[in-house]
Amino acid sequence: MESLVHSRANVSERDPAAPRWWAAPRTGGLATLALIIALTPFALANNYFYDVAILVGLNAIVCVGLNLLIGYAGQISLGHAGFFGLGAYGSALLASRYGMPPLAALAATTAAVALVALLVGRPILRLKGHYLAMATLGLGIIISIVLANEDGITGGPDGMPVPPLTVLGWTVQGERVWYWVIGGCLLLAVWLALNLIESPTGRALRALHTSEVAAEVVGIDSAREKLKVFVISAVFAAIAGGLTAFYSGFITPEKASFMRSVELVTMVVFGGMASTFGAVVGAAVLTILPQALTVVKEYEMVVLGAIMMATMIFFPRGAVPTIGAWLARRSR
Amino acid sequence: MDGQWLQFLASGLTAGSIYALVALGFSIIFNASRVINFAQGEFVMIGGMSAVSLTATGMPMPVAIVGAVLIAGVVGLLLERFAVGRARKADVVTLIIITIGASIFLRGLAQLVWDKRIHALPPLTGDRPIEFFGATILPQSLWVIGVTVVIVAVLFWFFNRTLLGKAMLATSYNRMAAQLVGIEVRTVLFASFGLAAALGAIAGVLIAPITFTSYDTGIMLGLKGFAAAILGGLGSFPGAIVGGLLLGLLESLGAGYVSSAYKDVIAFVIILAVLFVRPDGILGALKSERV
Repeated sequence: MESLVHSRANVSERDPAAPRWWAAPRTGGLATLALIIALTPFALANNYFYDVAILVGLNAIVCVGLNLLIGYAGQISLGHAGFFGLGAYGSALLASRYGMPPLAALAATTAAVALVALLVGRPILRLKGHYLAMATLGLGIIISIVLANEDGITGGPDGMPVPPLTVLGWTVQGERVWYWVIGGCLLLAVWLALNLIESPTGRALRALHTSEVAAEVVGIDSAREKLKVFVISAVFAAIAGGLTAFYSGFITPEKASFMRSVELVTMVVFGGMASTFGAVVGAAVLTILPQALTVVKEYEMVVLGAIMMATMIFFPRGAVPTIGAWLARRSR
Repeated sequence: MDGQWLQFLASGLTAGSIYALVALGFSIIFNASRVINFAQGEFVMIGGMSAVSLTATGMPMPVAIVGAVLIAGVVGLLLERFAVGRARKADVVTLIIITIGASIFLRGLAQLVWDKRIHALPPLTGDRPIEFFGATILPQSLWVIGVTVVIVAVLFWFFNRTLLGKAMLATSYNRMAAQLVGIEVRTVLFASFGLAAALGAIAGVLIAPITFTSYDTGIMLGLKGFAAAILGGLGSFPGAIVGGLLLGLLESLGAGYVSSAYKDVIAFVIILAVLFVRPDGILGALKSERV
């Protein structure tokens, strides 16, 4: 009894190693993100800027989920655009062809994608390293080709129109309204991810990232934990895909392509693996950059490729962890 | 008997030979550095496009081909020196992004140096199809298969009889031990990129008269080569050849008997199925994880 009281007394004292509330990700980090989302509209001059900001938010939602898989569990996926595409097409088809209310269509599609991820995840996640890269890549390519080939259902390579998002008779339309919807979704996604990282599952993931054998020895069911995070990341991608479909009103199989999967992984790695805010930063930089590069259209690919190589060679840990380490050194 | 299956066999072996050459490039680089070079497909593209440009200047075909292979080889060496070689301590995902970045960079460069149009390379010896038991075979297909056989023989000699080849093999078995017996591991890594790029370029020159070439032909050929290497077992040379031929044949039979629109889907479904049963590829060594 006494020892219990003693330990409780200890808990109330602040752990000197833990960051203060304003520097901890789940409080200060989330508040900063909310503040940035709230203040960004002051910098958005017209609807085009709003459009880019919305695309940043949608990509960031996918990347926050993908980062759980790549950054924390250490499992690569070169096929997440496939889940994004399934989310987009599923929502669009259920809402247009079967007349389902858009939100119900989004929910049903997300559940279906979660089921797909659960079924294919088990055998795929048994693979390691490059074999895992191949399997996820193959899965993504299969999905994108099916979407492009089934033109009777999906409209083929030309894409298909999507009805607007209506919630209880209210239609979400216009870039300005969508900005707040996506901003809210992004905050929710980040909050969920941060909570997951601090949960037993998060600790299990970090353990199996370092050594799967060691994690198994201390009683972690690594196959189960990997599968769980694979499904969660697929769900994030599917929801972002569905929202993208409703927002843009038109979708093409391009959204599920291999290059799109590569883009998503690059965003995560560029921002910094195992950093949720890094994933958001990566999504922001790599969504805005190609928009800025359209000025020099013919050099776009050369510049993009060079930036990818250079950041990975000189800052292999990614932008946010590198900057964080630099700030920590300076403040000392 | 109808020659249909023979036709599929011929086109499957032709595509399979190309996949095998690309897969060999993947395996050579993987063995030297544990890097999967996603820019391997771009070497195929550079080979094909360079050959088109060089023949357009009036150069005789054989000289143009040698020139194209040399150009790709130099690009491979530069890629090692300025990108991959600088990040050898990086983890798998980082290296994958670097080589994918390199492939986008090279594709962008090709767009600037050449253009976005599709180009044709004249076949090596005419384009009159040869009738063969009811199947028609392009002379270029025979060239593809024949040259691949010769290259495999040369590689066999190279890895078993020459000092550099043996050094490369030794490095792939055990890098540390290779270094201890005096092998310059750095040189092996450098040479592996040059060799893989040259193999890719040869594949590009061989296939350009049949499927044509453009700045973006490298994407799918690279992915198929990677798939073939994985199918056979990453790092295994016999595996790369078997994987390549098998992939080409399955794809051709699938396109012929099932659906040509789903040719690529069939290929990837088979790869997934094989990986689920044998997670280290058909000829890959089954490793147990060490504690």
